[in-house]
Amino acid sequence: MLTFTVSRVLQSLGVLLVASVFTFSLIFLLPADPARLVAGPSASVQTVDSIRRELGLDRPFVAQYALYLTHLLQGDLGRSYKQQTAVRPLIASRVWPTFQLMLGAVALELLMGLPLGIWAALKRGRWPDRLVMGFAFLGASAPQFWLGLSLVYLLAYGLNLFPLGGYGGLSHLFLPALTLGLGGAGWYARVIRSSLLEVLARDYVRTARAKGLSQSRVVVRHALRNAAPPIISMIGLDIGVFMGGVVVVESVFGWPGLGRLVWDAIRVVDIPVIVGVVIFSAVVITLANLLADLVQLALDPRIRYS
Amino acid sequence: MKRFTGRTLLGLTLLLGTAHAAPQQGGSITVSYKDDVTTLDPAVGYDYQNWPMEKMVFDALLDYTSGGTTLTPRLAAKMPDVSKDGKTYTFTLRKGVKFHNGRVMTADDVKYSLERVLDPKTKSPGQSFYTDIAGAQAFVDGKAKAVSGIAVLAPDKVKITLNAPNAAFLNIMAMNFAFIVPKEAVAKAGEDFGHQPVGTGPFKLKSWVSGQQLQFERNPNYFMADMPYLDGVTVKVGLDPSVAYLSLQRGEIDLLGDGIPPAQFLQVTRDPKLKANVFSKTSVNTTYLSLNTGVGPLKDVRVRQAINMAIDKTKILRIINGRGVVARGVLPPLMPGYDKTEKGYAYDPAKAKTLLAAAGFKNGFETTLYTTSTDPNPRIAQSIQQDLAQIGVKVQLKSLAQSSVIDAASTPKTAAMVWSGGLAWTQDYPDPSDFYWPILSCRSAVQGGWNWPFVCDKALDARAEKGDRMVAPAQQAARLKEYASIFAALNKQAVWVPVFHEVRYTMKSDRLVGGVDDLLDPTHFINYERLSVKK
Repeated sequence: MLTFTVSRVLQSLGVLLVASVFTFSLIFLLPADPARLVAGPSASVQTVDSIRRELGLDRPFVAQYALYLTHLLQGDLGRSYKQQTAVRPLIASRVWPTFQLMLGAVALELLMGLPLGIWAALKRGRWPDRLVMGFAFLGASAPQFWLGLSLVYLLAYGLNLFPLGGYGGLSHLFLPALTLGLGGAGWYARVIRSSLLEVLARDYVRTARAKGLSQSRVVVRHALRNAAPPIISMIGLDIGVFMGGVVVVESVFGWPGLGRLVWDAIRVVDIPVIVGVVIFSAVVITLANLLADLVQLALDPRIRYS
Repeated sequence: MKRFTGRTLLGLTLLLGTAHAAPQQGGSITVSYKDDVTTLDPAVGYDYQNWPMEKMVFDALLDYTSGGTTLTPRLAAKMPDVSKDGKTYTFTLRKGVKFHNGRVMTADDVKYSLERVLDPKTKSPGQSFYTDIAGAQAFVDGKAKAVSGIAVLAPDKVKITLNAPNAAFLNIMAMNFAFIVPKEAVAKAGEDFGHQPVGTGPFKLKSWVSGQQLQFERNPNYFMADMPYLDGVTVKVGLDPSVAYLSLQRGEIDLLGDGIPPAQFLQVTRDPKLKANVFSKTSVNTTYLSLNTGVGPLKDVRVRQAINMAIDKTKILRIINGRGVVARGVLPPLMPGYDKTEKGYAYDPAKAKTLLAAAGFKNGFETTLYTTSTDPNPRIAQSIQQDLAQIGVKVQLKSLAQSSVIDAASTPKTAAMVWSGGLAWTQDYPDPSDFYWPILSCRSAVQGGWNWPFVCDKALDARAEKGDRMVAPAQQAARLKEYASIFAALNKQAVWVPVFHEVRYTMKSDRLVGGVDDLLDPTHFINYERLSVKK
């Protein structure tokens, strides 16, 4: 267990280093001049040059990256070009809203995906099964931007059930979390359905039924427990998927999280903010996957020995 | 007779009184924007969104009349005294103006604020507006500790000397970069001053939650009696324009910072009930197609003129729901020096073909057109592509991110044509020189500049320089005429296809009291101090 954890942590650190180099290079290769974007159209070329020097953008790539890495190792993510404030507190102020959104989305995915998946598995081949599979297909293919705006229009504006956007309590959280989680809910339903079908065909389930246990008891106590591990690793993977999804969802709902922060930064090529968010996201995704693996390990002893 | 006049006046006053009740004090409003506010540091923040908010917190020595372009004193007690040679301006400050921290503003603050904008460490986009002050360049280059041309004569007197007379200088002194900031507050906040601003303005920043909202409250000690009318202003950020529009319908928002979303535009303007709260005004900007005078066939003026005649501007206006007026020249109608008689190039594809043939392109040619990828610009670029195909010019479209378009457009001999949608030129201040030097002069026709046609006509530069030295009030009419003729010459060279001047639309709630001059002001955009609410 310990060697496994240590090797995974080292692996993760490597991933983070690669992610930072990759992002930094990508931005460096962009045909855009951040100094000009900071200065705006009205500034003279001399002013743009002076801003470029002040931001250290006139140095070669390797020198810029080395400087960035030195600061990074001291926990300093630099200052935003556009807002001129430090990046770290900026990211810190946006972490909690994004985390809430992800938590809400995972909760909704499980609340919708689990029962639907079980229902589909038990009614295999009949209309509920086809209905659930259809929902899964639609949920996965609906563009989040359209889905979000439609939900706002129907449920918030039309039926007046929710606020129109912005940040707040559960009522504010519901629609953005639903938009973020709807695609995943269908995916969960499919995975649960197939792993349940696989488990339900096993001998021990037949034994349990033969002992006269009720259907619900068989499904919950025996079958679901053994179908759970893939769900755990899916939640880990979800975090990565969400990191992409929050950019759109937060923009639609005005949710003050990391997604909108990075979106605003990309528009104006605010390099320190972009790289900061990417590195932070990489840390979160790596940690989430590490955690998912460890939980699976604890749940399923067989993995340990394979 | 006298008595009659008195009575008439009294009658008129009563009449006006019923028509325009004095704005009521109190209440607060909520304004929505999609994008986050970047900074409220007046030396740094310079866009459509944060400029009116900076105007809430700060004042400059000079300002403009509401809804107009006439300069008026603000923190200055009166308009400055100008020396005979037009190089020296002496400002007398208004007495007893206090910063939000309670300290009285003095001439030292004026000197400090201007030097702060010039200091390279501030990274101010406005630095180059002030480098014509005597000694400013030496200060910028680190060769001098202070700017010799800014002299504090007394606590309420400051003298600014320029290297050469500049007719636009007073406009530059009314810009946000010239807003007065207190040194001790900047020192205390360091680089975070933009998020903890302290000024003399009608409102104070009460709170700022990143990515959510900013709250401003009334400055009770404001130097203008009874101003502002509102107790507070909340600026909500992150609302998609469509969602913001729905929130306005519900009464949760009083003003759409980003205007009416295109999807709802026709519905709003056709509904008489909604229309009462919609205001529109032509902006002081020009959206154009830039024609690079250094690339391929476009080097020939006849080719550029042909392109001017081939483009159907009314079709483009239809794409933007008619939110614009056809442009016939570089200057927008509200800009001093605008020439009403300028006809521009009429839409005439047949004549365009003849001109192309004369230039040796009987069968047309192939070229590229750069545009930003945000709607509606790619659609407009396609319309231009179709128009030019009619005269045999095959256009390859390059639809890119805004930053990449800027990069290609400002690199010599790269982008043949650039559609400026989303990057249109908007006035920095209401003076025609601002539509010449930054975008059409030799000094801006360089790598990284904003002169995308890369036009450099030294004779026109000399004329513009001469015009800018005409600072006497008696010379102003002649100066504007000179500028009109400079732009007419550029129009003949066909370096742009001026396409339209944007008409901005905004929408307010029923309870918000404010007119078009307050909500679509050409220099302040939104004049918060003049807004009020119905009780």
